[in-house]
Amino acid sequence: MESRRNPRAVVDPKVRQVGFFTSSQPDSTHQPDPIASESHPVVSSISPSGNSLSPVMIPPPRHNSSDTFPLRAAAASAVSPSSFSYSTRRDFPDGSTTAASPGRVSRGSFSKPSSSLPGVGMDAMAAAKSSSVPASGLNTVSVVNMPPEKESDQKKNSKPLKEKTTKAERRALQEAQRAAKAAANAEGGKAPLVSSGSVASTNIKATKPAKPSSQKNDVAVAAGPSEKKAGGQSEKDRKKDAPHPRMQYDDESRVVKAKRRAVVKQTEAKYRVELFRHLPQYEHGTQLPDLQTKFFQLDPMHPAVYKVGLQYLSGDISGGNARCIAMLQAFQEVVRDYSTPPEKTLNRDMTAKISSYVSFLIECRPLSVSMGNAIRFVKNRIAKLPITLSESEAKAALQSDIERFINEKIITADTVIVKHAVTKIRDGDVLLTYGSPTAVEMVLLHAHELGKKFRVLVVDSRPKLEGQLLLRRLIKRGINCTYTHINAISYIMHEVTKVFLGASSVLSNGTVYSRVGTACVAMVASAFRVPVLVCCEAYKLHERVQLDSICSNELGDPNAISKVHGREDINYLDGLTNNANLQFLNLMFDATPSDYISMIITDYGMVPPTSVPVIVREYQKEHSLV
Amino acid sequence: MMELEIELKKASDTLKAWDTTSISLTAGCDLFMRYVTRTSALEFEDFNSAKSRVLGRAEKFGEISNKARKIIAMLIQDFIFDGCTILVHGFSRVVFEILKTAAQNKKLFRVLCTEGSPDKTGVLLAKELAKLDVPVKLLIDSAVAYCMEEVDMVFVGADGVVESGGVINMMGTYQIAIAAHSMNKPVYVAAESYKFARLYPLDQKDLEPALRPIDFGVPVPPKVEVERSARDYTPPQFLTLLFTDLGVLTPSVVSDELIQLYS
Repeated sequence: MESRRNPRAVVDPKVRQVGFFTSSQPDSTHQPDPIASESHPVVSSISPSGNSLSPVMIPPPRHNSSDTFPLRAAAASAVSPSSFSYSTRRDFPDGSTTAASPGRVSRGSFSKPSSSLPGVGMDAMAAAKSSSVPASGLNTVSVVNMPPEKESDQKKNSKPLKEKTTKAERRALQEAQRAAKAAANAEGGKAPLVSSGSVASTNIKATKPAKPSSQKNDVAVAAGPSEKKAGGQSEKDRKKDAPHPRMQYDDESRVVKAKRRAVVKQTEAKYRVELFRHLPQYEHGTQLPDLQTKFFQLDPMHPAVYKVGLQYLSGDISGGNARCIAMLQAFQEVVRDYSTPPEKTLNRDMTAKISSYVSFLIECRPLSVSMGNAIRFVKNRIAKLPITLSESEAKAALQSDIERFINEKIITADTVIVKHAVTKIRDGDVLLTYGSPTAVEMVLLHAHELGKKFRVLVVDSRPKLEGQLLLRRLIKRGINCTYTHINAISYIMHEVTKVFLGASSVLSNGTVYSRVGTACVAMVASAFRVPVLVCCEAYKLHERVQLDSICSNELGDPNAISKVHGREDINYLDGLTNNANLQFLNLMFDATPSDYISMIITDYGMVPPTSVPVIVREYQKEHSLV
Repeated sequence: MMELEIELKKASDTLKAWDTTSISLTAGCDLFMRYVTRTSALEFEDFNSAKSRVLGRAEKFGEISNKARKIIAMLIQDFIFDGCTILVHGFSRVVFEILKTAAQNKKLFRVLCTEGSPDKTGVLLAKELAKLDVPVKLLIDSAVAYCMEEVDMVFVGADGVVESGGVINMMGTYQIAIAAHSMNKPVYVAAESYKFARLYPLDQKDLEPALRPIDFGVPVPPKVEVERSARDYTPPQFLTLLFTDLGVLTPSVVSDELIQLYS
């Protein structure tokens, strides 16, 4: 992710440039110049007021917004080296939202989202290719038919960026041809996702990206990357509304395409912190009403998935386990209502559908790592279905697999974790917890039932104030609690005997990726020599490695920070989100280094943070045998 | 077959109940049970062949445990160089085996023995080593930090090796490890693999208490409490290497082994 680290020169002069950048290289022309310049063609202005190129980053070729589609597609594909594939992929769904005409958006976007699931750079390639394919909303069809081409293309494309850029023109030609072919195929084939029928090249392009992503998904890529992809897409979306600071993964054409394909109309936030440009940030408040009105129009989208997406968007469901379970139950319904279209194989078609739904969910809210693992599991199961099974048998098998996953990996895992964790709670303990982790709550309640005498310190922080929910539930059961905010943590830490934390994910180097603020709590506890215990189900562990909280994260609603509810006297920042001189940063997650963690409690037992790769290995072994 | 397993489990539980404080006993029993009952092929054969298979594995387990000390002694020989000074604590038979082997290999080294009060186990070890013509110096437990600068390495045994990679050993091991760590002296733990236990203590009080009577030589004054715990827990950051019959391991590998064994 080198591109992330190097802030690009922002075309928007109002945006402050943070970080290192070389002399700007104006490049408002079409020529792809991968090495020389990195710029994000902005729809409005091309003049690079401060376009700078990070020496490390291989910039995508610059294209004018007025570039032809093929060229843009080429550029787009060029941009996505494997590390950027994530972003590219995500871009598609997001990008297509606003750009495309309303008619096309809904249908086209579906195909795109599905395909734009995480995948390694290949998708970007595929996306480029797909763009040239005329899309009549046949996401599935194109997916099924194109994979071979895509694969080869992708492989080619995932090679050095340079290659792509130099082949851009060739690609444009290829894409045009492919588009023609796809159009022909589209006519003949059946697409579960009905496109609006508008054969817009953008739609086609959208479908193309969709295809690679679905292919990627089959390759069982972790959902983690999808987060990054989404970030890239939002970038593109933003370009529409505000001067795009930088196109991390792709150039403008991709953003446009992604936007057109996207289901959720996202308008990107105008003023964003430079360091986090690689993450998507949208104007909150505009997405939900828009989506709600579309509920009855979105044919290809299953209502259950739509409902879950809305719940994510509004924040009704939050927390790793809850989101994962909601998503998996929605998928169960999808499977139940599914019927294989004629001339399609269940495996591929179902996978494509799942991919499209996942893209939609990503648009609503970037996936958590645990959700990514769950999706990988589902796709794995679909792929492993024996061909000989009849459709109803296959569907029943899938549904029971998903049910088993939920029960074994989440619900039963929680009981095992509780069983291990209560052995660590002694009479007279003062336990500190932060936020509202489900696993920790179960541990505390169970320990209380066992009659252990302890008291709990709930630490909370703005803007989510999740600790209050936990506090309520604990008090209802009669547990002795204290409540404080995170700025008092060093004050109260001296009386704490143990710290229990939850995690969104634990990565292979032992880093705990969890709600923002967790790292603070863990570090202060470590400084006071208080043991820190992290409760995390095994399905949330991931083989990825993360060194800091910047490279992969999620940005929340800046208005949540600026507005202080109910306290008009200190509501100073209300309404200042539109000020050019002020950028709000509402991070949702942070990464806690493994040195501050004493022990991780999983359903595999109590392990030191160094043993996470071992569990990931065992877990994968278990799944490959299943 | 299941009946046999149940019987085995009952016997194992009885053994464990005899001395609840002994970690190596518990760990050994658990590992034996897992080792012996692991083969799934046991389900498919007739009873006699299954039984002989179980017996065979049990004997193998016993052999491994007996040979473990020799294997460990072999592994650690390369770490003992001529002219080195070794600090040992308590009378661990594994450590004694190591030093005996080194002496037989005509290595020139000298040993600093802590007294190991109140059991005076260190004195016993010193006596045995003197018989082998190894230069030995006895210290009182409080003199460890004083002598640490002339020490090249520290050898300790283990009652149990826990999941975090730390060890539970005779009282005094922890402070020796802290002193050694602060002066950059390596601490080597010699433990057989059947001592790996599925425990994870967070602090000293997290262990099963194992108390022993302490004789101060003078009667204890009234209204004065005595700390009678017999062992302590040394966290993994103070340990350098673990010498086991599975090889030379770093503390983080213990969890790896345990996960594999118990999954």
